[in-house]
Amino acid sequence: MSAGAIEAVGTTGSAAVRTEAEAAGELAPAARFLPSLAAVYRAQLSRARVARIPLLFVATFQSVGIMILMRGVVDGGGEARAVVAGSSVLVVAFVALNLLAQYFGQLRASGGLDHYATLPVPPASVVLGAAGAYASFTVPGTLVTAGIGCVLFDLPMGHLWVLAAVIPLAGAALAGLGAALGLLAPKPELATLLGQLGMSAALLLGVLPTERMPLLIQYARDLLPSTYGVEAFARTFDVHPDWAAVGVDLAVCAGVGVVSLAVATWAYRRAAVR
Amino acid sequence: MTETAGTASAPHEGPRDRGHDGDVVCAVEGLVKVYAAARARRGAPAVPEVRASDGISLAVRRGEIFGLLGPNGAGKTTLVRQLTGLMRPDAGSVSVLGHDLVRHPERASRLLAYLGQESSALDELTVSLAVETTGRLRGLTLKQARAERDDVLEELALTPIAGKALKKLSGGQRRLACFATVLVGERPVLVLDEPTTGMDPVARRAVWSAVDRRRADRGATVLLVTHNVIEAETVLDRVAVLEHGKVIACDTPAGLKAHVADEVRVELVWRERAPLDVPEVAALRELGAGVQESGRRWTLRLAPDEARAAVAAVTSGAAFAALDDFTLATPSLEDVYLALGGGRTEGLVKA
Repeated sequence: MSAGAIEAVGTTGSAAVRTEAEAAGELAPAARFLPSLAAVYRAQLSRARVARIPLLFVATFQSVGIMILMRGVVDGGGEARAVVAGSSVLVVAFVALNLLAQYFGQLRASGGLDHYATLPVPPASVVLGAAGAYASFTVPGTLVTAGIGCVLFDLPMGHLWVLAAVIPLAGAALAGLGAALGLLAPKPELATLLGQLGMSAALLLGVLPTERMPLLIQYARDLLPSTYGVEAFARTFDVHPDWAAVGVDLAVCAGVGVVSLAVATWAYRRAAVR
Repeated sequence: MTETAGTASAPHEGPRDRGHDGDVVCAVEGLVKVYAAARARRGAPAVPEVRASDGISLAVRRGEIFGLLGPNGAGKTTLVRQLTGLMRPDAGSVSVLGHDLVRHPERASRLLAYLGQESSALDELTVSLAVETTGRLRGLTLKQARAERDDVLEELALTPIAGKALKKLSGGQRRLACFATVLVGERPVLVLDEPTTGMDPVARRAVWSAVDRRRADRGATVLLVTHNVIEAETVLDRVAVLEHGKVIACDTPAGLKAHVADEVRVELVWRERAPLDVPEVAALRELGAGVQESGRRWTLRLAPDEARAAVAAVTSGAAFAALDDFTLATPSLEDVYLALGGGRTEGLVKA
């Protein structure tokens, strides 16, 4: 199409274009989306061994601790389900939202983004690779928390397989949010603060039983993407879960994930070239 | 010293020739970048506007090791960030291998490899994975990336520490590992921002022989930022001296030294302090602008006959008794820098 347009300009125009193309050096091929996504994912995952494992323990212990505390407050039923589901998704919020926001905030502030920005890699590969890796870090902690929660509150484990959908979708939503916050915050301290606040919100609004919350707080709860992950998971403790409602909740997570990852990718481009 | 600015682009490499002279790999024309002034805030004083690039023009030829020399804050890093598409200039043009990088900054990554000063993106990876991942992100297949990784690690003698995380390495080793990431996924232009900072002599030699091999075998062009004058003298083909965002001179190291060929540097180190009561020593001090005193170390830039007289004066009698050491040397790039009017020497390193 572009060649046709050049021809239409006339002979002098196309000749000029041709000489310019000949004079210009050959461009090396750019890295393609999926292979570079895989490379970033693998590199980020390997960082876990060096830097993340202690934090993953913290995330899990925190959630298990909260469940033990809440055991004295709630007396089974819907509240117990909310506590277990909220504590499990809290692990995802801690790692994917809080830690990823900190990571990108620090990477941006220290000039580390230059490394990626001077490689021919699609921005979405960098953001999705990091977000995917952080979401993956949450898997063991979330499974352990959900398992212990079921034992503590005497809940059925039959539908725990739904975590296979909850973790990636809630992970996408929260990691996208974390990446966007980290890349948009003008200072790394602010990125850390926003990540911590997001996690605190996920803790308070996700774990505490909704019936006792004021109306305004309930609206705030509806705005938080982790809420939908919590609700989807909580519904599956029924003997006959309302799968349609679970699907809707997970679809909200997926939608928020798509939007927030797109925002994060845009923020990455913006942060990479200053 | 304003007339030396004209040497930034020698006559035979003017803009007129650039179009059909494929020899120029990187052409910079009238580059301007201004950092806006910042108002004072609590705990931070006001910062005036800084012209980090103030009308810079350069032409780097194929196969050349071209240096940017200057003290800290001279605008070297700002210049290379504009050359690598990381920063958009306020005015001027940047062309690398015929591609306009101001209009298409995203092409930079497909034309050149850049070694920045920061390694934070790689710190928690092992050396091996850092190099392999960078190769993959430079468009190599997994197989190619692994093959090139093994070659580069072997070439730089990094194989024994390939399994260690970068942040567990010493500064020089970490820098060498970062340099290794620049070499995977071959690029015709390498932009290196102070590549040998913190390296021991063995690692430095590994860097420069790797660069030389790429130049000899593949005609690679290297743009090097340094504030190390000794390194600049030994490895650079041509050097642009930057100060306050301006190119104050541009020539071969030898060509630049010819500017001050009529000067000799005499360095005197006194045992405790200079014996100013000795008339000959007091007379040396009177020479004025050519004398720089730093504690018990004096550096004098003198005409050859003056230098001879000075050495004769301090190597006899009372002055000699107070003298610990002395050297007589032909001019270095540092002398050139001073002669060009470079006001600050603190930023330049002589090691």
